[in-house]
Amino acid sequence: MTRRWVSFALIAPLLAFLIVSFIVPVLLMLARAVTDRDLDRTWPASAAALRTWDGEGLPPDALARTVAREMLAAHRAGTLNRVANRLNYDLVGSRSLLYTTADRLAAGAPGETLADLARIDRRWARADIWTVMRHADGPLTSYYLLAALDRRIDTGGHILRVPREQAVFVDIFLRTFKIASLVALFCALLGYPVAYLLASLPRRIANPLLILVLLPFWTSALVRTAAWAVLLQTNGVVNDLLQYMGLVDAPVQLIYNRLGVYVAMTHVLLPFFILPLYGVMKGIDPTAMRAASSLGAPPLLAFLKVYLPQSLPGVAAGAVLVFTLAVGYYVTPALVGGGADQMISASIAFYTSQSLNWGMAAALSLLLLLPLLLMLFAGRTMVRTVPA
Amino acid sequence: MLMAGTRLPLVEFRGVEKRYAGGSAAAVAALDLAIGRGEFLTLLGPSGSGKTTTLMMLAGFETPTAGDIRLGGRSLADRPPHKRNMGVVFQNYALFPHMSVAQNLAFPLRVRGVKGRKAADKVVAALTLVKLDGLGDRRPHALSGGQRQRVALARALIFEPDIVLMDEPLGALDRQLREHLQIEIKRIQRALDLTILYVTHDQGEALALSDRVAVFAGGRMQQVGTPGAIYEHPANAFVAGFVGENNRLAGTLVARQGDRCAIQLAGGQIIRATAADPLLPGDKVVAMIRPEHVQPGAVPPACCSTLEIDVDEFAYHGDHRRIAANVPGAGSLIIRVPVDMAAQRGDRMTIGWCIDHCLAFSASEIEPGKTS
Amino acid sequence: MMTRRALLALLAPLLLASCGSGSDLRPLTVVGWGGSSQDAHRQAYWSAFSRTTGIPLREDSWRGGVGVIRTKVMGGDTSWDIVQVETEDLILGCEEGLFERLDWSALGGREAFIPTAVHDCGVGAMLWSYVIGYDGDRIKGAGPRNWADFWDVKRFPGKRGMRKTPKYSLEFALLADGVPPDQVYPTLRTPAGIDRAFRKLDEIKPNVVWWSSISQVPDLLGSGEVVMSVTSPGRLVVANRTEGRHFKLRWDGNIYAVDYWVILANSPRKQEAEQLLRFMTRPENQMRLARFIPTGLTNIEANRRVDPKLKRDTPSDPANMTNALELDADFWVEYGDQLTQRFNAWVAR
Repeated sequence: MTRRWVSFALIAPLLAFLIVSFIVPVLLMLARAVTDRDLDRTWPASAAALRTWDGEGLPPDALARTVAREMLAAHRAGTLNRVANRLNYDLVGSRSLLYTTADRLAAGAPGETLADLARIDRRWARADIWTVMRHADGPLTSYYLLAALDRRIDTGGHILRVPREQAVFVDIFLRTFKIASLVALFCALLGYPVAYLLASLPRRIANPLLILVLLPFWTSALVRTAAWAVLLQTNGVVNDLLQYMGLVDAPVQLIYNRLGVYVAMTHVLLPFFILPLYGVMKGIDPTAMRAASSLGAPPLLAFLKVYLPQSLPGVAAGAVLVFTLAVGYYVTPALVGGGADQMISASIAFYTSQSLNWGMAAALSLLLLLPLLLMLFAGRTMVRTVPA
Repeated sequence: MLMAGTRLPLVEFRGVEKRYAGGSAAAVAALDLAIGRGEFLTLLGPSGSGKTTTLMMLAGFETPTAGDIRLGGRSLADRPPHKRNMGVVFQNYALFPHMSVAQNLAFPLRVRGVKGRKAADKVVAALTLVKLDGLGDRRPHALSGGQRQRVALARALIFEPDIVLMDEPLGALDRQLREHLQIEIKRIQRALDLTILYVTHDQGEALALSDRVAVFAGGRMQQVGTPGAIYEHPANAFVAGFVGENNRLAGTLVARQGDRCAIQLAGGQIIRATAADPLLPGDKVVAMIRPEHVQPGAVPPACCSTLEIDVDEFAYHGDHRRIAANVPGAGSLIIRVPVDMAAQRGDRMTIGWCIDHCLAFSASEIEPGKTS
Repeated sequence: MMTRRALLALLAPLLLASCGSGSDLRPLTVVGWGGSSQDAHRQAYWSAFSRTTGIPLREDSWRGGVGVIRTKVMGGDTSWDIVQVETEDLILGCEEGLFERLDWSALGGREAFIPTAVHDCGVGAMLWSYVIGYDGDRIKGAGPRNWADFWDVKRFPGKRGMRKTPKYSLEFALLADGVPPDQVYPTLRTPAGIDRAFRKLDEIKPNVVWWSSISQVPDLLGSGEVVMSVTSPGRLVVANRTEGRHFKLRWDGNIYAVDYWVILANSPRKQEAEQLLRFMTRPENQMRLARFIPTGLTNIEANRRVDPKLKRDTPSDPANMTNALELDADFWVEYGDQLTQRFNAWVAR
């Protein structure tokens, strides 16, 4: 019991640091996926009034008046952007609607009734802006998560698909997981023999080779990508070689498409597969293979039945690592991929840094995180069932 | 199985040599050795003496650089390990950690296409043979060292190999367990009439288990023979020193008649011994006498040699006592004496031995054994 | 604001410990876009500023995105003072209160600058544009003149490089479709206009290589991977000068915009930052910038006095501004999310 407390005390500083610097901020950020406080904190009276409104048709004049007052007050206080941007996520155009209306109110236009507002801009006489406001009245929302799944809630509260031309995230998610899975697979196919070779060599030879494996770490993404472009482009080295050998008549598109993404990502992630696998393979008793062959197993069978199962925890660790890192990639796919190769992290980065729509960024992150956690758990279970 | 092992050797090493690239000395050189059916042959030697290399060449994991190895009269040169049908027990057991004990035992059956009921029965029988009934579902890491050893043995036997090769199989176990398992191995060998090639650096183990022992040093086989012959009639100073306990007394040969000789020790005393090598007066020699062959006190003069010693230590060993003594000017000596004998540090004492028991070897010959 | 305050309260001690305490010790920090643009600013302004005022200067660089600044301000990270931002970043960040409001009288008054360079929170740093670029060694004779030619894959076979964003792509599509420059954004503000732009993009889509970093453009053009590309002039002009290339630019229908200097609201060195801002906007100093990078100047007097030769590859040369279109950042702030989403769906199909 005492010993447990001592060990807890030993890790407590690190734990506290992690909680404060990592876990809490991440949770606070993820909370934005389901919280919706822009409107109810900026326009508290309007939010209260919106909650009591039945949402049928157009709102009563009292609600319109409250909204108009708080709109003007927020404009003067410099906080109108919060509501304006929030409503604009859901209904494009709301931002300019709010700003122009607030400008007119500030200039003295009356805002006592719905009709007054409609005289400033006809859009106030339409139901959609009011419905959007009612959905945004907080404190919780399903808007971001639904939007991240290409869904939305209509005025009647039904969940619908967004129009086809706007539906993009489900595709990007599936694409992200597909690319990451295949990159992990390619890393396994290429990395396994390398790790096997390294593990079977004496350390004094294996160590310099390991450094070669690590080389891609030390070049920047841009330099690596430029190098792949030189090799893979239409008039690049690989295409010249293929044509010289007569394998193809005309240049093949090897980059700025999915193939380029696989090549570049597999290249840079390969060390993450090889290293954990190498560690596991180093721990495999080399006499086990001898034992297998002395027991009558031909080399391939000995490998499949004895070596491979023992190396699987390393394969699992490497694959989980590569997959996890791969789903977070967006610079490399953007540089060597084509139009159909954008990955979900690019969207998250867009909402985080370009558009400041952190609710959307959080929702996408949450949907990315959940399968990853599941997979890590599955990976752990798998590693546990095969003791080294 | 044939009982007459001597008539038709099962395994033959003929002029076998193994050199490693970059290594100056041969790991194994000029090895001629035959193993009979049903024989328990032990390769005994210090580490680096070539005994494990010899075993690995037979198993097929090392390739001889010269010579030939035959099994049942047929050369093994082009036969890969998995087609040699030899059961190997490795020093670290090499059990498959991802398989249960039963799966480990079933492995050689499965690769031979033996499956289902028949395989299961054989596994149960093998577990019974090594007294591990009911442990089939355990993983190797859940077993004790002795149990793992038994599993390794059972796995090497279950497919009825032509010969069982055991590489220091008891090396990782404590003494008591080791002695217990020696008896087990011997029992199983007798019960199944197994041919066993056994590698160990423990001379006690070699003497206790083997039909014959081959002593290795510096890549060369020094002597092969029954445990008694090895112990009583060592071929050279190395074997004499390595097998069993032995005292060495360095000196110069002063006279020789037949195989009887006289040796002057460094301190001036003259002892008598049996010359094991062709020696001439003036040769530097080493006389070797086992502690239990030294007789303290008065001795009959006819067949005996005597020596004055000074007692250094007098130690109690339960069933006997040991005297560590100093031969003035000629080094030290260990003597086994009955437990009721009394002596103390500083006593001067006369000891003696039958000349047959004291063997004189050329001093230069002792060197190969030391290289290991 | 509970969330934000809680975050701040939790993060502040840590960040103060790691870098906050250093903010009093660290020198004035200016953040640019890296590469040749940052080099030019260093040569034109920063070295001279430190030399004449004795104020040491530290440089950092970033790749844009106001979210980066929001994170810093919320997290109590005060490592930056003065930053070069794009227009949308300026608008969003100013609304959020991430930037200081500028004292325009100290900068010589709003009227001393071209109108687009003037904002409550920022002053124009440089004027740049996106134009058509092609390799004169590959397209001999008359090259593409405008966006209609850019779209004409029969007359100019081969791939086109375009930036993988709806921004610029939609505008150029409408220009190529014959929409007059002053009608581009009004058209895009209607659903039919957006559909029209995407339909026009459909025509060229099979022939597009999408790039996402401007640094890719010289390689794409130089290797012949694309025959022409949307590009900013700077890198191609530099490649012509330093590598002897013969890249050509077509300015007809270019989109131009201003980058701004902003002072972060949590800067601990505001006075020095204002001093640097004044230094960088003075006409005699701005004129120096044009020597190091082909860029339009934002100070009117600097523009008047600068050597006309230095204007040749910039939006400051009136000859370049036929059918030019000023980027409507307000449009992109409002429509950016929706159009990016739609563009990403479209480009993947």
